[in-house]
Amino acid sequence: MASGSVADQEGQVMLLGFWFSPFVKRVEWALKFKGIEYDYVEEDLTNKSTLLLTSNPIHKTVPVLIHNGNPIAESLVIIEYIDETWKQNPILPQDPYDRAMARFWANFIEEKVTKPSREALISQGEQQEKKVKELKEAMEVVEGEAKAKLNDKTLFFGGGNGVGYVDIVLGWTCNWMKTIEEVGGFKVLDPENQPQFHKWMANFREVPFIKPTLPPKEKMVEYSRMVRQARLGLVANK
Amino acid sequence: MAEEEVKLFGTWASPFSRRIEVALKLKGVQYEYIEENLTNKSPALLNYNPVHKQIPVLVHNGKPVAESFVIMEYVDETWKHNPILPTDPYEKAMARFWAKYIDEKLWPAAKKVVVTKGEEQKGVINEIQQQMKNLEGELKEKTFFGGESIGFVDIAANIIIWLVVAQEALGMDQILDEEKLPILHGWLQRLLDDAVFKECVPPKERHLDFSKVKFGSSIASK
Repeated sequence: MASGSVADQEGQVMLLGFWFSPFVKRVEWALKFKGIEYDYVEEDLTNKSTLLLTSNPIHKTVPVLIHNGNPIAESLVIIEYIDETWKQNPILPQDPYDRAMARFWANFIEEKVTKPSREALISQGEQQEKKVKELKEAMEVVEGEAKAKLNDKTLFFGGGNGVGYVDIVLGWTCNWMKTIEEVGGFKVLDPENQPQFHKWMANFREVPFIKPTLPPKEKMVEYSRMVRQARLGLVANK
Repeated sequence: MAEEEVKLFGTWASPFSRRIEVALKLKGVQYEYIEENLTNKSPALLNYNPVHKQIPVLVHNGKPVAESFVIMEYVDETWKHNPILPTDPYEKAMARFWAKYIDEKLWPAAKKVVVTKGEEQKGVINEIQQQMKNLEGELKEKTFFGGESIGFVDIAANIIIWLVVAQEALGMDQILDEEKLPILHGWLQRLLDDAVFKECVPPKERHLDFSKVKFGSSIASK
């Protein structure tokens, strides 16, 4: 067998995950995009497995990718690892400057969209209003980027018809954002003022390897509601 | 060969812009440094980083890169000698993991510990001690996180110096205590002794004064 062949690289790939987690979903998208076979282990986050606790002792969270027995945590770190280990279907661009731009936008999404969204889901009143305001401002920037980069021929931030790093990092919004809005009781999505972003979401949802992975709405709403109640309940009892 | 133009927009007291100085100096990259006044940001800075309007920003042949880790990775991929990230993908992943940990857990706790008091402060001190123990678990017997020479995580961990200086400025007991955290304490001494790194920390007295002014109004009562 030739050294460095796909079969050598495969080794054993295991993903510890949770159905609802958008961070886990991103890693699955990266794996599926590259056609990597993996074993998926669904974790019960209220009763974490020994494997999870020993593989990610620092954060004790999913996702954790275990490749040939070596564990990696943090979704963005995992995705870069996947991209560097399996060279087919590149996720990040090749050029260092383009890579820097992709990483910049991934960071922006995490700091300004992903984190505040979660905080808006589990807060209320003034605290929530603050987060929603942050989100609206961030979405203006996202729409600006979408307007600048996307058109009828370039559907995705990855360029052309192919998804790339930024799409995979932002992708959770296409399904989870509506749920968070509904359960949290606020509005950030605005089809009139975010037309290019909404086009992107619609296209992303339809990507053949993405579509079947999106959890059903009712299940997502039910779970989000439970998370919100639990967090607000804790706060009220302080 | 095309002429290379490298500019770094930063501030003398920012650990984030100092990180970029280390990376550039380790690779012997010639650059022009522009000291920004954050209360009166230059049009150039606002033009190069319109999204965050923050330093550091690296401008390479007119093209700007922002966010310290993004810049560090760009520098490493553009100037390939004296790599600051490992070449092995798994080792690289570990470096990125720990750099993220430092920025997302240690830095916020460090900022909090100097502005809190009493029980709340004690809680944050315990957090930081645990975080530092975790870092020791990663460092183990190595000279630096990067191995024999300074790497990505060592550069990221420069914020520990800012914590040490702030604590000294406020007359606090050092969390990074030689007895309790011997491995990390030893690492810090080696880092501060390193020929390149030591050029990229704020001058001690000026840094102490700066910290006194910044945090002095909320001096923790012991």
